[in-house]
Amino acid sequence: MNAPQHSSGSVGVVAPQKAVFDAPLLLRSGATLPAFELAYETYGSLNEARSNAVLVCHALNASHHVAGVHADRPDEPGWWDNLVGPGKPLDTERFFVIGVNNLGGCHGSTGPMSPNPATGRRWGGDFPVVTVEDWVDAQARLADRLGIACFAAVMGGSLGAMQALHWALAYPERIRHSLVIASTPRLSAQNIAFNEVARQAITTDPDFHDGHYYDKGVVPTRGLRIARMIGHITYLSDEAMMAKFGRLLRRGVPGFDFDIDFEVESYLRHQGDKFSSYFDANTYLRITKALDYFDPAAAFGGNLSAALARAQAAFLVVSFKSDWRFAPARSREIVRALLDNRRILSYLELDAPGGHDAFLMDDPHYHGALRAYFENIER
Amino acid sequence: MNATDQALLAARPDFAAIARWVTPGARVLDLGCGDGGLLRYLWEARQAPGYGVEIDDAEVVACVRNDVNVLQMNLEDGLSVFRDGSFDYVLLSETLQTIHRTEQLMREMLRVGREVIVSFPNFGHWQARLQLLLGRMPVSEALPYAWYETPNVHLCTLTDFEDLCRRLGTRIEERLVLHAGRPVSLLPNVFGSLAVYRCTWT
Repeated sequence: MNAPQHSSGSVGVVAPQKAVFDAPLLLRSGATLPAFELAYETYGSLNEARSNAVLVCHALNASHHVAGVHADRPDEPGWWDNLVGPGKPLDTERFFVIGVNNLGGCHGSTGPMSPNPATGRRWGGDFPVVTVEDWVDAQARLADRLGIACFAAVMGGSLGAMQALHWALAYPERIRHSLVIASTPRLSAQNIAFNEVARQAITTDPDFHDGHYYDKGVVPTRGLRIARMIGHITYLSDEAMMAKFGRLLRRGVPGFDFDIDFEVESYLRHQGDKFSSYFDANTYLRITKALDYFDPAAAFGGNLSAALARAQAAFLVVSFKSDWRFAPARSREIVRALLDNRRILSYLELDAPGGHDAFLMDDPHYHGALRAYFENIER
Repeated sequence: MNATDQALLAARPDFAAIARWVTPGARVLDLGCGDGGLLRYLWEARQAPGYGVEIDDAEVVACVRNDVNVLQMNLEDGLSVFRDGSFDYVLLSETLQTIHRTEQLMREMLRVGREVIVSFPNFGHWQARLQLLLGRMPVSEALPYAWYETPNVHLCTLTDFEDLCRRLGTRIEERLVLHAGRPVSLLPNVFGSLAVYRCTWT
């Protein structure tokens, strides 16, 4: 990743915090979590009016670690560090920025690796399936705890953007701006199909044990690795992959064997290995389900305009032409529904080459637009 | 009027005519809105809220900076995201001549808006006629591009545009012809360099 434009400071060393909630949380599935913890980080400071808070929601594999570095890992900046910091497009000199690890996660919030109070053992495969709606409800409790009645903005890319959109529907009076980036109002059959292949890779791994692999002292690494490789293909555009790897041969000549021939194979294997070393398979399964189930229009007979009628926020919707996972046409469905409701709305369909992952990159028009948008948000 | 507005109106004399025709509080859609200057002016002068449509990345970012609603789309793809009659005015300011599917876009504008306001450089202006007579493609303040680099693909005269309106069955409610920012009443198709029309469905 390139250094961000107009780059300035990092938020520096940050320490994750934890909030414990004792009141039970009723989930969309009908299950109840008796109590839960959320891991979160904050950057900048909350103003006196408590009106400058921005919630940054994470997508599939990220966490509450949005910006800055942890003292013990100075070489691992947060996942959106090119956007969030002093003088950066989401300027922590002006805004109080919050990152939360979602429920069911594996970075500190309550999830499958946490102890199940009913058994005293880890939840494992028994941890309930959580949804975007559940995440937003949990985030709202954290907002209550931090004394934030209304967010200046809630933003996210991809699955994070679904949370930003749902915030505007579930808590219309608690969010002034919603930034919905590289997203979709619902997954297509093809999107779900990719998720299902990833889930099958995990659940058919002999080390999976119905999600109770912690007790057995094993990890379904093979499945998780393949799931990540499949996911990664959908995050990049054909063009970007070709530009990055082409048909370069690792050994200069074809090996006529099944070792690594092409550079792209090496890249995917590396991504798979890296991911399976730190991410939890049970969390991955649940996150793909949260994606599949998200469909705010479903309760309105498929009418997205009716579903979005509750929203009061101003919207910035952004898509990228090279994104085929959640293509611009999907964002335009959201745009159309917001226009039907006469919402304050801007829509960018940018010519960035990065594919779905373009939302994490620092294309000058993209970051220029986000910077301009945040500069116009009153605190 | 502040200094920015004065500079804006000097640069774009059609803006004042458009603002005069837009009723206060009306909903406007500005196609090919550039940096959103007209929308911002309409908001400040007429409290008319609206959306702009623009294709260029840098212009769209400028719109966001100007705090106007902008939708990044290609006008050539039609206006399918907008419902029938969802705007009081659809504006096309000095953009008509760059559109390939002119007739389709005009129909779409009349579908989406109650009224349509269109401005364009008049190819019938005497300077253009004279340059053609002397054997060259016209280049002027209103038409600043050489033939090989112009974004203009469908230039027309006042008479040509009025023919198209007849063909589409639209009624011309008002017309203002300008040169150097001043109204032209004598032989407008010869002495006018910029035309502004307000049209409705008959």
